[in-house]
Amino acid sequence: MQLFPITPYHYLLLGAALFALGVIGVMVRRNIIILFMSIELMLNAVNLNLVAFSRLHGHVVGQVFALFIVAVAAAEAAVGLGILLAFYRNKETLNIDEMNLLKG
Amino acid sequence: MAHLLSIVLFLPLAGAGVLLLIPRNQVRRIKWIANIVALADFAVSLQLWFKYDLTAPGWQLVERAEWIPSIGASYYLGIDGFSALLILLTTLMGAIAVLSSWDVIHDRVKEYYICLLILQTGMIGAFVALDFLLFFLFWEVMLVPMYFLIGIWGGGRRLYSAIKFFLYTLAGSVIMLLGILALYFYNHSVSGTYTFDVTQYQQLSVPFPLQKWVFLAFFFGFAVKVPMFPLHTWLPDAHTDAPTAGSVILAAVLLKMGTYGFIRFSLPILPDASRHFVPAMVALSIIGIVYGALVAMAQTDWKRLVAYSSVSHMGMVMLGMFALTPVGLTGSILQQINHGISTGALFLIVGIVYERRHTREIAEYGGLSKVMPMFAAVFLIMTLSSIGLPALNGFIGELLILQGVYPVSRVWTAVAASGIVLGAAYMLWLYQRTMFGTVDRPENASMKDLTPRELATFLPLIALAVWIGLYPSPFLRRLESSVSRVIVRVNAAYAPALATKSSSCDTPPAAAPTPASSAAADGKPNFLTFAACGDESKPAKPAPR
Amino acid sequence: MNYIWLLPLVPAAGAAINGLVGIRWFQRRVAAALACASMTAAFALAVFAAFDVGRVPDGREASLGFWIPPIPLATARGIQPFTVQWSLLIDPLASVMILIVTGIGLLIHIYATAYMNHEPRGGYARFFCYMNLFCAFMLLLVLGANFPVMFIGWEGVGLCSYLLIGFWYEKTTAASAGLKAFLVNRIGDWGFLLGMLAVFFTFATMDFRALAAQAGTWPIETSHFGTLSVICLLLFVGATGKSAQIPLFVWLPDAMAGPTPVSALIHAATMVTAGVYMVARNAVLFSHAPLVLTIVAIVGALTALMAATIALAQNDIKRVLAYSTVSQLGYMFLAAGVGAFSAAMFHLMTHAFFKALLFLAAGVVIHSLAGEQDMRRMGGLKRYLPVTFVTMMIGALALAGIPPLSGFFSKDEILLRAFETNRLLWLLGSLTAVLTAFYMFRLIALTFYGAYRGPAHSAEWRGPQEPAGAMTVPLMALAIGAIVAGFIGIPAALGGRNAFERFLAPSFAQTRALATHQAASPHLDASPAQAGALMLFAALLAILGIAAAWRFYVDRPGVTARLASRWPGLDALLRNKYYVDEFYGAIVVRSTLASARGLWRFDRRVIDGAVNAWGWSTRILAWLSYMFDKVAVDGLVNAVGRGAGEGSAAVRRGQTGLVQNYALLIVLGVCVFLTAYLIAR
Repeated sequence: MQLFPITPYHYLLLGAALFALGVIGVMVRRNIIILFMSIELMLNAVNLNLVAFSRLHGHVVGQVFALFIVAVAAAEAAVGLGILLAFYRNKETLNIDEMNLLKG
Repeated sequence: MAHLLSIVLFLPLAGAGVLLLIPRNQVRRIKWIANIVALADFAVSLQLWFKYDLTAPGWQLVERAEWIPSIGASYYLGIDGFSALLILLTTLMGAIAVLSSWDVIHDRVKEYYICLLILQTGMIGAFVALDFLLFFLFWEVMLVPMYFLIGIWGGGRRLYSAIKFFLYTLAGSVIMLLGILALYFYNHSVSGTYTFDVTQYQQLSVPFPLQKWVFLAFFFGFAVKVPMFPLHTWLPDAHTDAPTAGSVILAAVLLKMGTYGFIRFSLPILPDASRHFVPAMVALSIIGIVYGALVAMAQTDWKRLVAYSSVSHMGMVMLGMFALTPVGLTGSILQQINHGISTGALFLIVGIVYERRHTREIAEYGGLSKVMPMFAAVFLIMTLSSIGLPALNGFIGELLILQGVYPVSRVWTAVAASGIVLGAAYMLWLYQRTMFGTVDRPENASMKDLTPRELATFLPLIALAVWIGLYPSPFLRRLESSVSRVIVRVNAAYAPALATKSSSCDTPPAAAPTPASSAAADGKPNFLTFAACGDESKPAKPAPR
Repeated sequence: MNYIWLLPLVPAAGAAINGLVGIRWFQRRVAAALACASMTAAFALAVFAAFDVGRVPDGREASLGFWIPPIPLATARGIQPFTVQWSLLIDPLASVMILIVTGIGLLIHIYATAYMNHEPRGGYARFFCYMNLFCAFMLLLVLGANFPVMFIGWEGVGLCSYLLIGFWYEKTTAASAGLKAFLVNRIGDWGFLLGMLAVFFTFATMDFRALAAQAGTWPIETSHFGTLSVICLLLFVGATGKSAQIPLFVWLPDAMAGPTPVSALIHAATMVTAGVYMVARNAVLFSHAPLVLTIVAIVGALTALMAATIALAQNDIKRVLAYSTVSQLGYMFLAAGVGAFSAAMFHLMTHAFFKALLFLAAGVVIHSLAGEQDMRRMGGLKRYLPVTFVTMMIGALALAGIPPLSGFFSKDEILLRAFETNRLLWLLGSLTAVLTAFYMFRLIALTFYGAYRGPAHSAEWRGPQEPAGAMTVPLMALAIGAIVAGFIGIPAALGGRNAFERFLAPSFAQTRALATHQAASPHLDASPAQAGALMLFAALLAILGIAAAWRFYVDRPGVTARLASRWPGLDALLRNKYYVDEFYGAIVVRSTLASARGLWRFDRRVIDGAVNAWGWSTRILAWLSYMFDKVAVDGLVNAVGRGAGEGSAAVRRGQTGLVQNYALLIVLGVCVFLTAYLIAR
């Protein structure tokens, strides 16, 4: 039975919502791990968008791009956690408000 | 002697060069060399007297060489009677000044004599140069050694006085330079060539508006040096604070450069402007005579009194000059020589007492006749020369000037003649305050009379004062060509008289003896002949005004 | 002919030797001998010259050539050569003067050799040097053939007067008196000089003979003040200075501070007469200017009277004689003013004799009283100084004008001529004559009669001594002269031939012609009877004066004191010489000095102030430029740098180092960009 067809708009809306959540998380949350998770969320929201449009247009470009993004996200998370570990060893904190060594 | 003028001109500079090579601790040697150089310069310059050709109307002993062809400046020297007499005065007073410094200067002796000798070259150069740029060069050259003389070896507020002298004179000369350049460019516009040759300018006819401006420009340069009222205030300070030799040279020679400039440049090159400005110049001159005399009377400083008397005397000189008559101009020139002699001597006199007591206050002295009789006699003779006692030189100059001014205006003559009363008043009052009375102060009682060296600095001046006073003919005859050249340009009424004069009578040496005279065979002016030279030229129209 | 030049040159040589060599090395006797020898030689020459040439009517000239060679000058006669010759002229007029100068000069020199004996050796020689120099200049003045040569002598005698008045220069009064003499003379010389210049301008010559020849052809300026009148007035100003007339007489009384021989020679016999001589020499000029002659006569008469009144109240013996000289000079000018030039010269000559005599005698009195000059401290000296008394009496009688002494003839001649011209002038002259006799005999009475009123001058002083021969012989010679000198001028009225006037006639030939030309004037020549009556009257006046003096001072000595107390104002006025000196001091001297000081202050504050202000303004301008350079120009450069720094500091605040801030900015930027994009679409 077809209740309500799932249009690409639904996917876009979901993607936007997830992206907005990610953005707000990056801007608001203080814990760096949560920040990283928010960044992942933003990336995945974009993935979602890309796959939806891939299905819409009927070719796999979007999906391939989403795979790229997953790989990049993984690498970026690895590097970011590495930096975080180095920073934590020096400053003993995960509060991003205290990570202002680049202050001018 | 070939290149006589160049030798006279550069001998002191060469002497200064020699002095540079001598170590500064050999003071005696330095003094001897300086004195010998100065005396040698005077001896060589005496040739100017004996070699002077009374009949030649133009420039004599001329030397010319290329200097800066691209702008038309040449090394052009020449003299006439006027400059010959001034050069002789310069070399004589230079030698006397050098001699008078023997016991007076004790530190930096070498630099002192070098300054004096360079100054000598500068002064002679200004008198012989017939090229404007050369003239200006020597005019400026004079300023520096004089500045040092006042500033280093002077007394009182010497730095102030030196810089005042330097800047004041320089300001005037710079304005004068503007005038020179105006003439230079005008000459180019008229003749197409660039030249600084003064003899050419003296034959230009410059349009009257330009003449006026150039006259004013020249006025500032020369009037500061004369000095004319009201540009005279540098003089008392410079004279008072300079060392004796500096004051002597300043009074005797430097002041004459201003009047020389007027006679040599302003009057012949700018005749219409000269005539136009006669009332103003005469007014300033007469003010200078009376004002200078009155202020001199109020002085308590001996040297400053003599300095203001210079202002008064030079006012008389300027008055005679701007009467624009031959007699007045002759008197003016002669009075310049006379002033050099008498005021130079008066400064030497002050220097002598200053050397002994180190004060110039008149009140500090008194009764010196008793202690220094020879000095008193010399001082008296020079005072009388200064106030124009007949039989001494001052009278001839004053008589000629006043007689020369009389046809132009009787009132001016009367006011100027009051200068003789004022002159006698302040000079004789000075003499009384310093030489008469009792010797109140013990410091005065032990003052020594003139040493032979000091006396030697006075004897030539006394001899000249008497000579010019009793027998001024040789001097006056030497001035004839200079005076004629200027008056012919500036006062047309005398042109016929001066033209016939130079061709006919009364130039005794080489002229044909007139029948009634018994001139000696060698043609020298014989004191006992009186050539019947009543040159009754046809009565030309009377002088202007 | 040129030997005439020896006349001034011989005394000049004497002066030169005494001055250059004598002051240092000569003994007194040598210096004195030299001076007197040169004067003797001069006198001999003068006598010779007077007899050789002086009788030649037109005189002779001796010229040595040009002094000033010819230079063209505009004159009233077109452009003429201005020239002056060294020329001397000797004619009857000059002969009279040179005889007076050398003769009386010689006697005074002899006198002075004894009088000045107390001087130190150098001062003695210096004195005679000055005296000889004075005679040289005086002779030059008298013999000069033209104005400039005369002017040399004119100023030269002024110089010697200065030197001799201030001879004892350690006394401030003497030095000041000398200065005063020179300066007052110079004021007169100002007039003389201007007159000389005017003469050349008008006549194109300054030679006396040429001048007389030319001026003779000019019309007489009877009613207007023309060129000749101006010239003569200016020359007369010079004469008033030299001859001590109103208003320039104030120097003569002060000049008594000099040694008495000086007063005798210079201020009685010679220098002061130069003015009279000059007027006489230019008689032709003056005759053409009757208005000026009137002025001359009036000035002369007034001076004569005024000086005589002052002399009444003076107590210094020399001052009385000084004012007497001024008075007698007034007589000479009075004579000149009425055209009687030879009478003026006659009086000049006789006056020279008896005034010199009086001064020398006064000198003896002073010398014998060890320097006392106040007559109130003299008295009764006729016992001690008999020769002096007799000679002085002769001199006084001559001065008073008692016949047959010389003064009578000369003064009478003047009064006669004055009577012929103007009765008022004659009256003034006669009044002065009475006063003259009176004050002279007052002097004699106070000095020689009565009891000695002075102090003893030292412990062993036994009263005044008559001095050595050198001092009394000149007195006697002069006394003889005072007696007989008048005889050469006995007027026609008494049967004489007036040889003096005839001798001088050639010198005044043209004047005489002019005088006859003016004969149409209402004043007639006096008849012999009138002349005789006048002479008698003059003699009576003199006797009256003498008698009054006798009464007041010998018979009843207290009268004058009572008179003085009754009219104290008049007494003070006369004693203080009408306060003329104070007047001049306030008006002339003090104002000149005040203006001198004021002008100096002006020069320092205003003119030099302007120069210094110029200098200060330049320095201030320099400082302002420096400030501008430092603040503005350099400031601009610094501001640029500072701007960069501040800007970057401001911008730097954006770098918080907080990642979330950066993230926020990124987001905001994206939003802005999106908004813009959507709007643009």
